[in-house]
Amino acid sequence: MNNVNLTINGAQYEVPGNLTVLEAAREVGIDIPTLCFLKDINEVGACRVCVVQVEGARALQASCVLPVREGMVINTNTSRVRNARKNTLELILANHNRECTTCVRSKNCELQSLTEELGVRDIAYTGAKRTPSYDDLSPSIVRDSSKCILCGRCVSACKNVQGIGILDFMNRGFETTVGPAFDYSMKDVPCIYCGQCMVVCPVGALSEKSAIHKVWELLDDPKKHVIVQSAPAVRAALGEEFDYPIGTNVTGKLATALRKLGFDKIFDTNWAADVTIMEEGTELLGRLQNGGVLPMITSCSPGWIRFIEFEFPELLPHLSSCKSPQNMFGALAKSYYAEKQGIDPKDIAVVSVMPCTSKKSEIIRPELEVNGIRDVDVSITTRELARMIKEARLDFNNLEDGTFDPFMGDYSGAGVIFGATGGVMEAAIRTVADVLTGEDLEQVDYTAVRGVEGIKEATVTIAGKEIKVAVAHSTANARKILEKVRAGEADYHFIEVMACPGGCVNGGGQPIQPASVRNVIDIRAERAKALYSEDASLSIRKSHKNPEIKKLYDEYLGKPNSHKAHELLHTHYYKREKFPLE
Amino acid sequence: MTKSYLSEENFATLHKAIDAYKDTQGPLMPVLHEAQHIFGAIPIEVQKVISERLNVPLAEIYGVVTFYSQFTLEPTGEFLISVCLGTACYVRGSQQIIEKVTELIGVDVGKTSTDGKFSLQATRCIGACGLAPVMTVNDDVYGRLTVAEVPGIVKKYQETH
Repeated sequence: MNNVNLTINGAQYEVPGNLTVLEAAREVGIDIPTLCFLKDINEVGACRVCVVQVEGARALQASCVLPVREGMVINTNTSRVRNARKNTLELILANHNRECTTCVRSKNCELQSLTEELGVRDIAYTGAKRTPSYDDLSPSIVRDSSKCILCGRCVSACKNVQGIGILDFMNRGFETTVGPAFDYSMKDVPCIYCGQCMVVCPVGALSEKSAIHKVWELLDDPKKHVIVQSAPAVRAALGEEFDYPIGTNVTGKLATALRKLGFDKIFDTNWAADVTIMEEGTELLGRLQNGGVLPMITSCSPGWIRFIEFEFPELLPHLSSCKSPQNMFGALAKSYYAEKQGIDPKDIAVVSVMPCTSKKSEIIRPELEVNGIRDVDVSITTRELARMIKEARLDFNNLEDGTFDPFMGDYSGAGVIFGATGGVMEAAIRTVADVLTGEDLEQVDYTAVRGVEGIKEATVTIAGKEIKVAVAHSTANARKILEKVRAGEADYHFIEVMACPGGCVNGGGQPIQPASVRNVIDIRAERAKALYSEDASLSIRKSHKNPEIKKLYDEYLGKPNSHKAHELLHTHYYKREKFPLE
Repeated sequence: MTKSYLSEENFATLHKAIDAYKDTQGPLMPVLHEAQHIFGAIPIEVQKVISERLNVPLAEIYGVVTFYSQFTLEPTGEFLISVCLGTACYVRGSQQIIEKVTELIGVDVGKTSTDGKFSLQATRCIGACGLAPVMTVNDDVYGRLTVAEVPGIVKKYQETH
């Protein structure tokens, strides 16, 4: 593409000809405010906040969808432009539920920030407001249409990024709202609860169903032995809630914060990730050697599990029977740990801190319990943990680095990288390769499965045998792979699928970064770096080399996939009706 | 509510329409037009079939159906009562007329009675301001109406079979 010459605010610039005016202005250091725009996800020019004045054009133009042209003369800062932007904001605010002080997104709201930045102090318009609908019936997502500004980001994230389409615009004109068909509750539609709609929402219209009060209740109960587990991706993003740069690993402060909140044991889902590798790796070897159903597909991501149950139920036999690390942890805390410590499992409560909103729905799946005891009692997101830390008045930034408790808290580098797309695959290959060769291989980095490309394929040769693998993240990419599997065109042995783009580091429960950040930084890649660097820094990087894992099998489970392991750590899936309602 | 319009025959016709359009570009709109024509409405039962066969999310279909006024979610009753709420009719009391109709037939504006007999809608100006206030029932026009005349008119249709 050739360069073009243009004038912005009186100065001349040469920019690549394939840019929009918004991008060109950013390139030369001129900031244009945006609201509905989110790079790669929502580029529709709907809100009109990014308008600029273009010489020769009658009306102001939306710069986010306006391509640059040779000789264009643009003004981004005239009183006409400033007034138009303010006017637009005032109109949006006039139909917005402005209970900002108690809103879950207060201080992290793009509408609130813009209102402040553009200097809107009075709202000239008063009048009717759209009839609101409020839905908190699902286990994961709360939808409050009184806050919705109709930007369409959630619609695009659900339909285009995830390939599902639960949310869409309905009705028209003043009565337009965004929601599921027929204004159904999110609990009655084939939503996978991935939460990608929430992390792109600029305001408080979509948020997680908070379970903080349940955690405080457990911590207040002297009869309960409360164990917390924290997922790999949490440590890669929690720092963002306390102004650390994106991609800062805060493992040490996380451990200290959990201890100060009053949990009785501070354990780590990374440990359970190592258990998962033992079980899933053994299952894969079994399928390879005994002619089992191939390709085998991972089962850690509950959003992904809901997706395949709704959309491809005939392919359920391809799923690994392994519970997710969250639930393996819960089942072992209330059996292995309880037995070794002499605590009645009924007195143990397991709280999980997850980068995920779908985990809230996973813990209430009826089959995820052992002998009538639920694997996990409460699941909160990274965001909810940050709120608890703030509410407890902990000075997070000045906490000393702590460590997780032994017994179920030591982990290998393989467990850490579960939080990034390709991580489970790489962790599994590390163990499977050692088992097949009977050696302790030095090679542990399988970089072909790393990175943010939507579908990654690799062939790994182990002990003279070729193993074909694929990694997909986002359910839209998963759909592409599943269609190949269904058509018999996929000769993979093993597939990793994560429901969220980038894997758990970009889960629906992670800290929310505004478009101003997401437009210029790939948060998936930055957060993943925090995990890969922790992996590289550890001396033990293979799950089966973790001494605590060896102990678990020697003293309790016997062998991976043993009868006891099956009872505690494996599960089953079922077809879900997409349209259950009459 | 009687749902006889959701007959097997009608669904068979819908399937044919979907087959005719499904491999063309942008099949949703023509299929929705056909569906509205076949069933007289596009309720959820019909939307589900279209969603599955065209592989379009239900929410998107619902969004299109509720956006365009040519599409309806439930069939219009045997008699469509339209009361003009345009300026001329309004200042001459059509609001009281529509309220009286609502009271008599027990149907809110924009809805259809459970027996499928009446639908009630409020319209903008229908260009008969000289007759204000105006009400139409299917093709019959009633002008210079008073509230007192409404019960007699409604009764006439209630007794029609």
